[in-house]
Amino acid sequence: MSFLTITFAALFYAATAIMIAGLANKIIQFAKTPAPLKIPTTPAPTTQTGVVLRMFREVAFFESLFKATKWTWLFGYLFHIALFLVLLRHLRYFINPVPMPIEIIQPFGMYGGFAMVAGLFGLWARRFLVDRVRYISAASDHLILMLLIGIGISGLSMTFGVHTDVVAVKSFFIGLMTFSWSELPADTLLIIHLLLVAALMIIFPFSKLLHVPGVFFSPSRNQVDNPREQRHVADWAKKLEE
Amino acid sequence: MAKYDFEIPKLKEYPEVPELVDGTMDHMETFRAKPEFQEALGFKGELGENWKEDAIEAMGDLLGKYRSLQVYLDSCVKCGACTDKCHYYLGTKDPKNMPVARQDLLRKVYRRYFTFAGKFFPKLVGATDLTEEILDDWYNYYHQCSQCRRCSVFCPYGIDTAEISMAAREIMDRIGLGDKYSNEIIGKVFKIGNNLGLPEPALADTLEGLEEDVLDETGVEVKYPLDMKGAEILLVTPSADFFAEPHVDGLIGYGKVFHEAGVTWTLSSKASEAANFGMFIGSYENMRKISLRIREAAIELGVKRIVFGECGHAWRVAYSFLNTLAGPFDFLDPNYPVPQHILEFTYGELQKGTLNIDKSENDHMVLTYHDSCNVARATRMGDKPGGQFEIPRAVIKAVCNNFVDMAPETIRGTTFCCGGGGGLLTDDLMEVRVKGAMPRMEALKNVIEEHGVTNMAAICAICKSQFTKVLPFYGMDMDMIVSVHQLVSNAIILTGQVSEDDEDGADED
Ligand code: HEM
Ligand code: HEM
Ligand code: SF4
Ligand code: SF4
Repeated sequence: MSFLTITFAALFYAATAIMIAGLANKIIQFAKTPAPLKIPTTPAPTTQTGVVLRMFREVAFFESLFKATKWTWLFGYLFHIALFLVLLRHLRYFINPVPMPIEIIQPFGMYGGFAMVAGLFGLWARRFLVDRVRYISAASDHLILMLLIGIGISGLSMTFGVHTDVVAVKSFFIGLMTFSWSELPADTLLIIHLLLVAALMIIFPFSKLLHVPGVFFSPSRNQVDNPREQRHVADWAKKLEE
Repeated sequence: MAKYDFEIPKLKEYPEVPELVDGTMDHMETFRAKPEFQEALGFKGELGENWKEDAIEAMGDLLGKYRSLQVYLDSCVKCGACTDKCHYYLGTKDPKNMPVARQDLLRKVYRRYFTFAGKFFPKLVGATDLTEEILDDWYNYYHQCSQCRRCSVFCPYGIDTAEISMAAREIMDRIGLGDKYSNEIIGKVFKIGNNLGLPEPALADTLEGLEEDVLDETGVEVKYPLDMKGAEILLVTPSADFFAEPHVDGLIGYGKVFHEAGVTWTLSSKASEAANFGMFIGSYENMRKISLRIREAAIELGVKRIVFGECGHAWRVAYSFLNTLAGPFDFLDPNYPVPQHILEFTYGELQKGTLNIDKSENDHMVLTYHDSCNVARATRMGDKPGGQFEIPRAVIKAVCNNFVDMAPETIRGTTFCCGGGGGLLTDDLMEVRVKGAMPRMEALKNVIEEHGVTNMAAICAICKSQFTKVLPFYGMDMDMIVSVHQLVSNAIILTGQVSEDDEDGADED
């Protein structure tokens, strides 16, 4: 087994562990922290089903963002929907045999990469061009966009330029999952792509990527508007009543 | 106005997002609460040696108690969607009045002390140590947020800067740095029963005066009872309703509606205040203590229902929190929501047809309606989402012939705050209040010019006081603000009322 293979095997085990443990830790923290008062942004749904629909519109269409700014919505939505396609397409490296739906989207996923990078450049441009957004951007806000663009461009360069042995890539990753390791092709673009992906996984639980679990836990979006009908008292607040 | 030297924003035909100008509101600072007032609310009197440690400890405590705070501090992606949504930013151009930048004042300290990235790579993620300059920024800019939640409407994660500024104020209070205006008012509520410090005899006097006025004007004995045991309804209303214009005209209206509906009602000298400034300072304990007065008054007076008068943040505490803070209200009549808004009550009576209305009494006015931020984005009226927009408009339209709405992006769920909410209704902050009122003033001016609007109705004591004060800065008439129940009061014809025509007829006989 080559040094490269061993390094990347170790790196991906570590990155996966960090991402899963870090996210689990945050999700548990979010779930455990009480929401002592009813604070949905109204008008809000009065039923649980209504809340599920509200959340669905928020996650699937970025409803609030659409109301706020059309340019950010356009680039942001383009990036996310393309990312979603690209990730779905990538499932073929991890599942054997490749399921039908994943097969079908392969051609779309390929161009999804371009859409993703275009969206990212649009978002990045706002960070320079709009004075308000420039003001609120920290180094990490620029770096994460560079990271994602780097992943996108290295990926696209493989798809449309210097191909790598995707069958070998697949057996490397399936090998990682089944603990029967096999060699990773030593292609520069692939190495870059995978290094950046590992970095993304590692920073996930420590960065603003926490918006992914966060959106589901936001009290102003996930609460039912029924405070007159149902009393809602947090455990720590109950102590005040004793 | 001469005593204020700041530039009054220009009103434009179409709203414009200004370019940012650093530090325009750096100098704005409210007076600090004296130690005795701090201590009366259970806070530290003044900043001690270890204020930094105290602040971090308080932040940690709140992070464990409020999911909103924890999730909001972690989830912002700096997308910028909220940056041009705050009336204080639009009016002052100060970048720290952009909602996300306001949050960041707390977030950068949170990151430094509570997150891995901030502990090890502070520069990278914009984390900073807590310093005196930062504490100053907290104090200045968290008192330039009216907690109106407009930003939370547009944020893709619903991040509500109001929650952050409440937490920040609670942290500052706990370490001994409180705001005089809010904290002294809460003290008055505990001592005397209301924000204005009106004692029971003064209240009784005022209400008697109102009864005489209504009798003189209509010939009908409408009662404005105080502490009447066994009444069906306890009315809790902001204390401004007891004397100031145009508030008091609203109170006269509530009384007329109750009279015509044939219900008995009473005010309480113990709960002679609907406002609950405990919310503004983010203090659950104080908000709860203030709310409990209402429960106690309801029990002592033996009422069956609780109705709230026209007040924005009070309706938020009442609608969204009262059941939580002071419930359960199982001793009240289960056929009615607890509590009810006076507009829900009046709307119900209008539906039933118990009120005799002569709309032409309001024909000298062309009205528009200001949705109060707290009512619009933190409460509901009636049983359908959005009732908080429909019911007030339905009532206004039922008693007035001329009504026009302001521009759609400035009303309903996206209404602009009056500029004086959230505990900012103090003279110390006049510059913020005037500048923050700009977007509302702009929308109002446009309907005045296009549709000949003469008056703006509101259902919040703070909005009414704030507008009365800031309208003249923009060259408009302070008297153009009216209470919704003032309009009802004008149009209602009481049973047995001697109208002006009848009187004339009597003279001729
Ligand atoms: C539940 C799934 C997700 C939802 C609902 C969601 C939603 C959003 C929204 C509404 C924004 C703000 C608009 C924008 O700037 O694009 C945003 C920003 C962002 N999201 Fe997501 N996202 C999700 C998953 C992800 C994932 C899996 C990633 C990364 C791998 C990601 C990376 C980002 C980044 C980097 C930004 C900031 C873009 C900028 O700099 O403006 N998101 N997300
Ligand atoms: C361990 C995880 C990953 C592996 C093994 C992997 C591997 C690959 C490979 C082998 C290609 C070239 C495909 C070809 O030549 O046809 C590729 C392309 C690409 N990758 Fe990844 N990748 C991973 C994660 C990601 C992530 C997380 C992103 C996005 C944030 C991403 C974005 C892309 C894009 C945009 C392309 C080009 C378009 C396409 O072929 O789909 N990859 N990736
Ligand atoms: S809550 Fe209102 S005042 Fe405060 S930052 Fe948001 S928009 Fe501005
Ligand atoms: S809209 Fe929400 S996520 Fe975007 S910058 Fe403002 S607070 Fe952050």
